Parts: sequence; C-alpha cells; structure tokens
Amino acid sequence: MRKLRLLFEKKERAVYISHLDLMHVLQRVFLRAGYKLKYSEGFNPHPVISIAVPMSVGASSECELLDFALLDEEIDYTKLIADLNAAMPEGIVALEVYEPQRKASGIKWLRVEGIYEYDNRDAEAMLDALREFYAAREIPVTRKTKRGEGVLDIAPHVKELSFKVVEDGVRVEAMISVNDPTINPDLLVNALRQIRPDLVPDFAKFKRLEIYDENMEIFR
Amino acid sequence: MDKRLERILPKVQKPARYTGGEYNQIMKDKNEVDLRMAFCFPDTYEIGMSNIGLRILYGVINNMPGVWCERVFAPWGDMRDEMRKANIPLYALESGDPVSEFDVIGFSIGYEMAYTTVLDMLDMAGIPLHSSERTELVPLVFAGGTSCVNPAPMSKFMDLMVIGEGEEVDCEVLELFRKARNEGWSKQAFLMEASKIQGVYVPSLYEEVYNEDGTLAAIHALHGAPEKVTKRIIEDMDSVYFPTNPIVPSTEIVHDRVNVELFRGCIRGCRFCQAGYVYRPVRAKKPETVARQGIELLQNTGYQEATLMSLSSSDYRPLAQVCDEMLEWCEPRSCSLSLPSLRADNFSMDIMSRLQKVRKGGLTFAPEAGSQRLRDAINKNVKEEDLLNSCKVAFEGGWNGVKLYFMLGLPTEMDEDVVGISEIGNEVLHTWRQYSPNKNRGVRITISTSMFIPKPHSPFQWEAQVSMDEYMRRVYLLKDSIIARNVTYNWHDAKTSLVEAVLSRGDRRVGDAIEEVWRNGGGLDAWSDYFDFDRWMNAFAACGLDPEFYACRERSYDEILPWDTIDVGVRKAHLWHEREMAYQSQLSPDCRKQCTGCGANGLIGGKCDA
Repeated sequence: MRKLRLLFEKKERAVYISHLDLMHVLQRVFLRAGYKLKYSEGFNPHPVISIAVPMSVGASSECELLDFALLDEEIDYTKLIADLNAAMPEGIVALEVYEPQRKASGIKWLRVEGIYEYDNRDAEAMLDALREFYAAREIPVTRKTKRGEGVLDIAPHVKELSFKVVEDGVRVEAMISVNDPTINPDLLVNALRQIRPDLVPDFAKFKRLEIYDENMEIFR
Repeated sequence: MDKRLERILPKVQKPARYTGGEYNQIMKDKNEVDLRMAFCFPDTYEIGMSNIGLRILYGVINNMPGVWCERVFAPWGDMRDEMRKANIPLYALESGDPVSEFDVIGFSIGYEMAYTTVLDMLDMAGIPLHSSERTELVPLVFAGGTSCVNPAPMSKFMDLMVIGEGEEVDCEVLELFRKARNEGWSKQAFLMEASKIQGVYVPSLYEEVYNEDGTLAAIHALHGAPEKVTKRIIEDMDSVYFPTNPIVPSTEIVHDRVNVELFRGCIRGCRFCQAGYVYRPVRAKKPETVARQGIELLQNTGYQEATLMSLSSSDYRPLAQVCDEMLEWCEPRSCSLSLPSLRADNFSMDIMSRLQKVRKGGLTFAPEAGSQRLRDAINKNVKEEDLLNSCKVAFEGGWNGVKLYFMLGLPTEMDEDVVGISEIGNEVLHTWRQYSPNKNRGVRITISTSMFIPKPHSPFQWEAQVSMDEYMRRVYLLKDSIIARNVTYNWHDAKTSLVEAVLSRGDRRVGDAIEEVWRNGGGLDAWSDYFDFDRWMNAFAACGLDPEFYACRERSYDEILPWDTIDVGVRKAHLWHEREMAYQSQLSPDCRKQCTGCGANGLIGGKCDA
C-alpha cells in the first residue's frame, strides 16, 4: 500500500460540487480509472480518502489536496495523472501526485482571490474605501459557529491584502488563516455587510490560489 | 457560465444538479449538428437521472448522426423562483442553452402527477402551452412514457405522443421531422405523415364527442388518422441499444447505482397493475447479456452497486446464473448487487445470501391485500404461508425488519379483508418470535397502505375508486385493529390518490383543470411539499368538472373510454374477463404456467417468451 497525495484544480461547473459529493466523485474516478483504493475495515468499508481544508460550494481552486492510499503494486505517477484526468468530470483536473512529506494539518494560510462585482457603482471609487476598511486595526465580525454566535476580530488573520480594478469590479487578493481560527473567505464580505453595508458588492466569488504552512512556505 | 446563473446558484439548495458537466455527458458542437433535442424530465434531477428510460433514450438519440440530445429537469421551488426573478429561461444542462432554441422538445412522462410540471417547464422555456398556439413546425413538442397510454389529459399541450417503448419510434419521428424541416413542410403536413408511424398518436387528429351525462359518445379519427394507435415495443432485448457508458452524476441521486434491465413485461397479471399489462409481452435478455452489461456499467462508472431490475426480478429464469457470473467479478472489487421487486412466493434465501453479504436491513414484500380471497381476486398469487415462509427464512438469516405493502379500497374489499392485514402483521411477528436467532435486537414490522387507484389498460380500468371518507374509515379500522407494539402502520394520503385517479382516467377536459392548477401556482405536484389539494378541487370546479365522475364512478363495458384509441396489445375482452374472474375470486395462471390469451403476443408475431 502506498499513501499518496493528489494536487488538483476545481473550476468551472465543478465548483458547485459539495465537499461530500466530491469525495464520492473522486472515489468513482479512481475506480473507473482502474486503481485500487485502500478501504477502511469494518462492516461498512469506505475508501480512506480526505480532502484538505474543503471550500464552500461555489468557490474555485487552483490548489486542492487529496490524501489517499493505493493498493496497486506498481504506480507510474505520470500515467496515474493521465488516467485520472480521463475519468474526471468537467472542471476537475489532476496536476501532480506524490508521497506526502507531512500531514495536511500543517496547512495554516490560504491565498485567495475575491472578485467583488459592483453593478451600478464605480469600482474605481470603491477601491480606496475597501483598502481603508481592510487596513483597520480591528475588524470584529459576528459569525455563527458550532458553539453558537461569536464575535471574531478577523484583522490579525487576514494579511497581505491587495486591490485592483478589473473588468467585473474589484479584485481582492489576501492571505487568510485557515486553521485556528478558520476564516471562510465569505467572512471578508460579511465584514462589509456588518460594518460598511455601502461597500457590499452585488456579488462576490472566491478562488483559492495557494496554500501555505505557518512559516508562509508553500505547502505540498 | 451565464453570469445571472452564477449569481443565483450559491443561493439555492444542491446547486450541482443545475450545472451539468458530469462525467460522460454528451457534448457536441452545435454548429455541426442539424437537429437539437431537449429531453425534458418533469421532475427533479435526482429523480430524472435515476430513470432508466431517460438513460436509454439519451444514448439512443445521441447515437443518431447530426443530432444532439441534451437533458432538462424541473428546478426545485427555490431555483424556480430565483430563475424567474432573474429572468433566466429554462436551459439544457449540457450546453446551458435556453430550451426555446431547440428544434424538438420531448417530455418523458412516467406518472400523472408530473403533468403540471410539464406545463411549468414549457412556460419557463417561454414556449406556448397549447399545441394549437404553436403554429410553426419548429419547435416540435412531444411526449412519451407510461402515462401516455391514456393520452387524453395532456392532448391539448402535445403535438404528438409516442406510445410504448421509444428506442426505435423516437428516432423515426426525429428523422421524419428533420426531413419535414429541411423540405419546409407545414406542421399539419408533418403531423399527418407522423401519424402513419406505428406508435405515434397525434392529438389534433382525434376529436372527443360527449353525451349529455358527460361520458364519451365517440372519439373520431380525423384526416385519415388510424382508429387505433398500437404501441411500439422492442422485440430483441439482446441486440437493442443499452447504455453501458452512462453519465455519472456529480451529486447524489435517488438511485445512486447502476441499473441493468433483466426483462420487460411481467408474467404475473396482477389485476390492479397497469405496468403488468401495458409492458406486455415478456421479453427477456440472455443472462450473458445482463452480466456483460452489468460489469461494463460498473467498470465504466465506478459505481459499486448494481441493481438487476425488472417488474418482478425473482421471476427472471436465469437469475441465479446472472448473480453468480456477476458476483465473481464483483466480490474482489467490493461491489454488490441488489434486487428490487422480490416476490414473497419465490424469495430464495440462496439468492439473498449471495447478494447481501454485510448489511442486513429491512426486506420489503407486497402482499397487497389482507385475505387469501382478496389476493385471489386481484390475482396476486401469493399465499400467506409463502409470505410467512419467506419471513422465516429472512429472520433465520439475520434480518430484523420487514416492510409489508398493502392497498386499501381494492374491488370487492370488505372489512374482514382490512382487518386481515393486521392479522398478517401478527403472524409475521409470531414467525419472528419463533425463528429469530437473536431476539435481543428486536424486530421492526412496518405495514403501509395506499389507496387503490384504478388505471387504464388494467382489468380494473372500469372500477370505481372508493371515496376518501371510505378509505379513511378503512384506515382507522385497520389502525385500531393493530395492537402489537412492534408493528407500525403508515398510510398514504388519500388526497393525492384521488387526484391521481382523476388524471389517470381523465378525458381531454381534464387537461383544462391541469392547466388551471398550473395557472394558480401548481407544479411539482408529485411532491407533498407542493401538492395542494384545494388548488386541484378549485380547478375542477372552475372547469365544471366533478372529480368523482372520473375517480369514483364505475364504467360499463360498453362505455367509450378516453384511452380506447390506444392499443397496448392486450384485448379489451381479456381485461373484462379478468375483471369478471376477480369478482368470482378466481385466479388466472401466470403466463409461464399457461397462456391466458391476452393478445400481447400479437405484437411479436405470435410467440411469447414468458
């Protein structure tokens, strides 16, 4: 048995596949590509696979990690990637396969891109206000967690912000904490909704660009 | 992706069902095809993608050169509202293009409660509802599916309807349509030519005339249309196309596994069962075809469960052989097989133990009626000892739950038959006490009843449905007679069954009520979330129709029935004979024991392979 990690992209129509559904999708991808996934023991065996820091439905990603284990004796990584891609639904692309050197729990930061769409407002005019808003020393946001509602200051957990006017509105890029605490990119917009409703875009979509460890090194 | 759509998808439940993009969807270049068909299924994605008919026809039609067939499902209420708000017309999943851009719009209508959804989908597509309002040849709007065996209620909305199995006739209709469009025929000219194809019913070529009492005086065939439209069937199940490389949904659907058909038709002849009559004659696949298709399906999809399906899978002669052949492939790959539609009289532990190696949940049997007399009357040839024996075998084998399905309101049913249902429950419980090796785990016996709905082309097509009050009286009679704590009783709502009874045996005037219901917000009426009984009653009243006239009235043999224009191969006299046998509580043998001469063998040139 070999423990492996797959780096893949999730984009286009596939961004609407939920985390749970994606697990089933990938399980079937391996099976129809002809590989033997390792299964759990017990009465109801299921494949031992996990996706690191799953995203919310609707977000795309250039950088997803799937941990899995194969029982196949010989594995040619280049062929494995080609076989998986031939069996993938539209929008999911296998990029790399390798033996992981560390646990996925070591992921600490995500670099995300948000496109804030403003329909009847001038994006140029929003730019400075957004920059100023996210530069505040404190950004307290009320959010629902498993333990009820709580206020979280997201300012220390959102870094390296940059803003740019693009065709559809404003492109926001940021480094956000994904572990202790977990900052969902949607919180960036929720912060506006709670504090500066006038800056809330008509629509916002997010893309994950890269993942990092606590030392800001790219995580693989 | 459409920007408007991108904005609403994050707001709705389960957006993956609205995007397409699944593995194995068929993509073509729209500039390189000359015919585009929108295959519309009037229910949700999860239901529609579980439908084997859709899977087959999607493949068959896409195999036609120059034709691109795409899927369209009904959006759930939240999505429907968002689409209307954002002005997004109904679109096809593969290309995302609006349905209004397609040449042909085909509906697969399997059950009557989907009728309002058909209208809602047409409206969301921006297509006029009535065939008469669509004066041009393009788009052609047609329907097929089991509910079309009574084409009357949906007649005013459809340009044509296909009766029977669609693999061949759908292609013939599309080829003729392509010719007509390329040569610039009028819609009328095309429909008249199409009516010559066997299995094609063109509503505008028939006219209903009524008596003063509301019954039919005549159905006139116009412009040389055939007096009777004979259904189409596939003769050779081994050579007919069957999809072994189907779409694999990226989100969970109702039947999330692969399906292999064993055979079409049914040898049994249960007198209440429409499917048992309209799918005749029996045509089986060879076991090697089934095994090959099943294994290919598992291989090509990555699913790990295959269902061997048919109307009565334990009646498939080489069932054990197919199971063995498939299990040999399945077992080392952690794949499993499942069987729907098991009969209590030939349930075999041998087969069941081969299938369910690990989880032993519930087992379902459908004795349908509570006494031997009534089971004989409906020709459900199951004896109580068969049922108890099957339960004994199951309990001994470790099962600890049994579900039992019954109908209330069957013709000739009396109170003792109703109470008999609870006695069966007690007997099953007793059997468990006697034979369960591990009583500590307890037992769950569930009795469910639904209201009998008389269906066209069955021996009970002339019957009155019991009133809702009478059904509820019988429900409470049964409920009060069940005292055992381990036996739970669920009953199906009477209101939907009454409406379904009206739609099933409705004439063309019922189409007005369907439209009225839709105009008042109807759609997705197969779902209790959306079904609104008062809306239906108001619509019947507004159209001057009495639902009891359709549901609760016994017809005479001479009465002209709205579906008399349709010939499913079974002679009307045979159905009537079966009805008379029912009133004498007389059994008819199954087709394997002895041919009862229903006439369906005529569809395949005389020899019937039951």
